[in-house]
Amino acid sequence: MLLTFIIFIPLLGAALLAFLPRSNDRLIRDTALATALLDLLLCLPLLCLFDYNAEGFDESLAESHAWVPSLGVGYLLDIDGLALVLVVLTCLLSFVSVLCSFRAITDRVKEYYFLLLLLQTGILGTFLASDLFLFFVFWELMLVPMYFLIGVWGHERRIYASIKFFLYTAFGSALMMIAILWVYFAAWNATGTPSFALERFYEMSFSVTAQRWLFAAFFLAFAIKMPLFPFHTWLPYAHTEAPTAGSVILAGVLLKTGVYGFLRFALPMFPDGAAFFAPAIMILALIGIVYGALTAMAQTDVKRLVAYSSVSHIGMLVAGILAFNVEGISGGMIQMLNHGLSTGGLFLIVGIIYERRQTREVSEFGGLAAIMPVYATYFSILMLSSIGLPGLNGFIGEFLILLGLMGKSILCAAIAATGVILGACYMLWVYQKMMFGPVRVEANKGLSDLNAREILTLLPLVLFCFWIGLNPRPLQKTIEPSARNIVRIMAEHQTQPSWTDRWPGTASAESVPQDPDHSR
Amino acid sequence: MENGQGIITAFSTAEPFRWVGLVWLVPLFPAAATLLNGLLGRKVIRYRTGQLATVAMLGALIVSLLCIWDIARTGQPYNVDYFIWIGVGDFQLPFGFYVDQLTAVMLFVVSFVGTVIFLYAIGYMHGHPGYWRFFTYMPLFAVMMFLLVLGNSLPVLFVGWEGVGLCSYLLIGYFFDRDYAAQAGRKAFIVNRIGDFGFLLGMLLLYWTLGSVRFTDIVEHAPDIYPAGSVMITVITLLLFLGATGKSAQIPLFVWLPDAMAGPTPVSALIHAATMVTAGVYMIARLNLLYSLAPISLLVVGTVGALTALMAATIAFTQREAKRILAYSTISQLGYMFLALGVGAFDAGIFHLMTHAFFKACLFLSAGSVLHAFHEDRDVDIFQAGGLRRYMPMTRLAFLVSAVAIAGIPPFAGFFSKDEILFEAFAGGYILFWGIGLTAAFCTAFYMFRLYSLLFSGEFRGTEHQRRHLHECPFIMWFPLVILALLSLVGGWVNIPGLFPKFHAFLRPVFAEAHELAGPHRELAGARIWEISLALLSVLVALTGIFAARLCYVQLPKLPHWFAETFPSLFIASLHKYWIDEAYQATVVKGFYSACRLAQWCDNRIIVAGLNAFAALIRHLSEIGTQLQTGYVRHYALAIVIGVVFLLIGMLL
Repeated sequence: MLLTFIIFIPLLGAALLAFLPRSNDRLIRDTALATALLDLLLCLPLLCLFDYNAEGFDESLAESHAWVPSLGVGYLLDIDGLALVLVVLTCLLSFVSVLCSFRAITDRVKEYYFLLLLLQTGILGTFLASDLFLFFVFWELMLVPMYFLIGVWGHERRIYASIKFFLYTAFGSALMMIAILWVYFAAWNATGTPSFALERFYEMSFSVTAQRWLFAAFFLAFAIKMPLFPFHTWLPYAHTEAPTAGSVILAGVLLKTGVYGFLRFALPMFPDGAAFFAPAIMILALIGIVYGALTAMAQTDVKRLVAYSSVSHIGMLVAGILAFNVEGISGGMIQMLNHGLSTGGLFLIVGIIYERRQTREVSEFGGLAAIMPVYATYFSILMLSSIGLPGLNGFIGEFLILLGLMGKSILCAAIAATGVILGACYMLWVYQKMMFGPVRVEANKGLSDLNAREILTLLPLVLFCFWIGLNPRPLQKTIEPSARNIVRIMAEHQTQPSWTDRWPGTASAESVPQDPDHSR
Repeated sequence: MENGQGIITAFSTAEPFRWVGLVWLVPLFPAAATLLNGLLGRKVIRYRTGQLATVAMLGALIVSLLCIWDIARTGQPYNVDYFIWIGVGDFQLPFGFYVDQLTAVMLFVVSFVGTVIFLYAIGYMHGHPGYWRFFTYMPLFAVMMFLLVLGNSLPVLFVGWEGVGLCSYLLIGYFFDRDYAAQAGRKAFIVNRIGDFGFLLGMLLLYWTLGSVRFTDIVEHAPDIYPAGSVMITVITLLLFLGATGKSAQIPLFVWLPDAMAGPTPVSALIHAATMVTAGVYMIARLNLLYSLAPISLLVVGTVGALTALMAATIAFTQREAKRILAYSTISQLGYMFLALGVGAFDAGIFHLMTHAFFKACLFLSAGSVLHAFHEDRDVDIFQAGGLRRYMPMTRLAFLVSAVAIAGIPPFAGFFSKDEILFEAFAGGYILFWGIGLTAAFCTAFYMFRLYSLLFSGEFRGTEHQRRHLHECPFIMWFPLVILALLSLVGGWVNIPGLFPKFHAFLRPVFAEAHELAGPHRELAGARIWEISLALLSVLVALTGIFAARLCYVQLPKLPHWFAETFPSLFIASLHKYWIDEAYQATVVKGFYSACRLAQWCDNRIIVAGLNAFAALIRHLSEIGTQLQTGYVRHYALAIVIGVVFLLIGMLL
């Protein structure tokens, strides 16, 4: 029942909000915050109960009920290490995004928090659903609140951005729905009983041709959501126009649903299709790394810059996954969390300054480090986390991704590694332009530094950044079974050998004992 | 292995106690200072932050000395794993330290020079508004530098490597409200990142070919896996060397170091002269075995080192600012170290690394004391100085001693280390390297005494206001100067060829295998005679340089002008630093910005426009569809009739 509680507590909170008096903003705010906090606290028992040694899904936490038996629709929830990490991230970022909206949202407060909590339920359900129908319901449920959050509480071009966001994702969803129905009927025909249970589709082996088409349909939906180059163009608009909380959730977890869907549905259901398209996707991912970084550098709006940096980071992450070895996939999964923390944090940083100055133009700032030293410190830590400085979380993910890629192909690793240089270029550029130099704009002189509430939104993210950077082992152990599963599945369908198979000296672990006890 | 167990095994061993087992305390002291100063410095500790940091550094020095003593006594390297840091699949990377003789030398240099410079900085930074910030970053730098030299695998080294880069960035940009400082910091970081790109790839390639990135495994397995001179080992070592050229400011990535002088002078002395910039030299010396397997890479290292030594020295001829000249001097001296590595004389390179740390730190701190007298943070134009010997006798003495040391006059420290490099190059048959090195030695003596003469000799050329404020620095600043000057004098005596070759004997175990691989050392016939005559020759060259400089800038001040007018192209080329910065600006930087604009253009004009065209197509189609809905009943009736007819025909057929 724990998973159900975690998914639906935000929905209950949202329902409760509906009965609160519209005039009392404070009460609405606090109720929303309490709901988000409660959900975050519920993650503690989840973290304690989760069986970290489970291969794949943890059976003891799984839930299974019939929903529409005649059509085989079930209410199935499953959790594995990766989902666990993402659920905790979602709850954390939802809490943060409620907290960061206190001052920014003064209009239609009730609807705002209602939608924010509804969104949380949608995302959590997407991560936990183990039934394709249920998954699709949650997947679509995410779309609607986000559409309104951007469209109603966004900035100048919010309508354009929200419609763009909606059309892109709806287009992908439509294709995915067709594919879902196809596999559903195919499975029905093959077995004689209708079911949307994911487990069944894992066991089915569709013909290679069918897999290619199905994979393409699923992948397109996920690629738009991630977003992978060249499906990314909705992202800068959505991010730039969304309110801060919307951007945090969007970057932090909503984009991860795309990658997650890729790992949980597209890859294991259609491994032959994945193997067929892997080289093409790898090329897109590598282009995305460089292209996203270059475009980020060309922006003059900080929020757009961070949005494009996401394109680069997601490219890196997908490239790591496509290395199809444990190092690369774990790196990609860790980077999913890292990106949520650092990019989510950077959107908070941008939001904080926007609340004070009502502008996001880089040229409007400069010299803020002298006026807002605490702000500058948080900004710098998040920036360094984003560019993968060792000791912070970003390095762990990037290092493992590059390690995995290097095992696959030297060229891919070399191209991906340019992201390390380019990331430093645009991040340090924007940091210098905003924080350093003399204070040029008069309006910046009187800016106040962070208040306690703002520190409370940033501090947990920064603490996680340090924790993952310094002691990533617990995280790695949590996700490793999930990564191993993918490797196992893909190893059976992989056609292209990596260069290390041909190189005589490479035997990674076998040739040299890695056990540290032998070292002395 | 479980997470916590590593720590337990590290501490509860049945082995006999070794002092070097305390090595974890070395980075811990400055780490504590960083935390305290960072969290409480601004409000609570304030002007005690400097003392706190210095005491922490002193603690690190004491523990380091204990470790060094232990290593020297037992001769046994010490390797310890504390816990698994990154562990996924087969890749299990422990966080651990490795202490051997090479580490011992580095530990001594970092902790000793560090302590002295921290002490100096208490006086130098006094009164600066960001005092606490300075003393938060400086111990952080020390932590990272210790990690760099102590790490027992390449990734741990890389943590320190990037960490010192970060501290360098933060401290170059210490005066962040000035554009040039912020710009210089960013430039340093990005140029270093280009190097790190190579480092990362080299490290990963090493892992996939060797199966480990730990130093002990590398030493054990590399000769079995890589045939000498094979392509793979050459590629790996060259990629790692790219990292070294970034961190240690060699061609082609040296451009950040002169700009890095925007930081406060103690930063320039500690980070950009004595310790961080030598990280590349240390890294290659640490991986000496790999480089010995790749003769081509060694040749590249030596060539880059020799060219950098000469190029930077000739640029230093014409620069006007004291710290900038010292920065080019550092680049040049680092070039010497790489030259030594390139000819396989790893111990000579490390020896020069150590003596250079003493005299270059002393030079920088003396220059800092001049800046202090000028009430100047940035740099001082040496043509606006002069005659300072009267106002600052201690500073002048320290500067003179270290200038003599860098020029290579016996019995000062620089003579022993530099001469050894030249001799090794000559003995190894690298006559061209030797020739370049000797030329650079002349240049070194010349630009150093040009700097000395313009600063301390003659009459003061600055404003009257400045002159009235000139003063000797306080005790807390000149005392460190004296210590470093003393070491610049005696630091070379630890290795006197023939008489007292202690330093090499100490380092021998580290490089023994590499020397063996390189084949039997070619013995020069009558080596002793050669050694003495070559030494005499280089002393002669250095003295010529010194006299030439004195002649040009004290006796005949018109001579430089005559030279500049007679050979304008040479003079201008040196003055403009061979236009290398401009060339990078015009190609790399400009190309990068063009690529950014191109990407932005693609985004707007191709991807978005393409999608908009698609959307327009859909709209167009729907408009065609809309036209069918005319609203006239007769049209609909006609459509129904046509439909029925088609249906009927279909059924009949």
